[in-house]
Amino acid sequence: MATVELRFSALPEHVRTARLVAAAVARRAGVDESVLDELRLAVGEACSRAVALHRRNGVDGAVRVALTEQEKRFLIEVADEAGPAHAAGAAANGGDPEDEDALGLAVITGLVEDVEVGNGSDGGVIRMSWPVAPVSVVV
Amino acid sequence: MDLSLSTRTVGDRTVVEVGGEIDVYTAPKLREQLVELVNDGNYHLVVDMEGVDFLDSTGLGVLVGGLKRVRAHEGSLRLVCNQERILKIFRITGLTKVFPIHNSVDEAVAATD
Repeated sequence: MATVELRFSALPEHVRTARLVAAAVARRAGVDESVLDELRLAVGEACSRAVALHRRNGVDGAVRVALTEQEKRFLIEVADEAGPAHAAGAAANGGDPEDEDALGLAVITGLVEDVEVGNGSDGGVIRMSWPVAPVSVVV
Repeated sequence: MDLSLSTRTVGDRTVVEVGGEIDVYTAPKLREQLVELVNDGNYHLVVDMEGVDFLDSTGLGVLVGGLKRVRAHEGSLRLVCNQERILKIFRITGLTKVFPIHNSVDEAVAATD
């Protein structure tokens, strides 16, 4: 079970809340202060992307953020309910939304060493993790 | 914290001072401001980001959109930013090659290249 789990309606105004909660839980879990800014940004990007996918596909639903404290890693999963076909839909859309999606993923992959973009039962899932050891590598 | 925006004119440049957080929720306000400025004939913009606490890819997208708009009128969009955590986002997305980034508003206003 996740240490803290957050579900919010896929609306832009709730992304900030998710960022703040994720950073607070990560800090408590022992994630190094020097990477908290990056963690906050990465979670925000993942949630923004999820919200955008819901909007683009015209699907209601929730974004789920699971924050899990493991022995040596702090794991964050951001899952959307935008449907399994969203990846193809995004690619076919073209134009600005696709650019923003690409920018968002570029930020995430540029910031987070351990990241995986996959599919869950209802939509996409982005899994990221950070070390909780006192010494961390600045990426 | 929300987004704060204020504009002023310095010579032939319009300086947009941005403060607070630019994210998926607040970025549309910045987009509206930039669109309005361009529609009103302000084609040389300086976006002062020294008061920005948070910037994400949505914000980057809005700045790129602003740049496209002013370039359509042979204008310019320059950024003022000294904050490492914000500059890092421009670097990892390759946008440091797209935007002229200055240390101060004075420097950005004086720049002509």
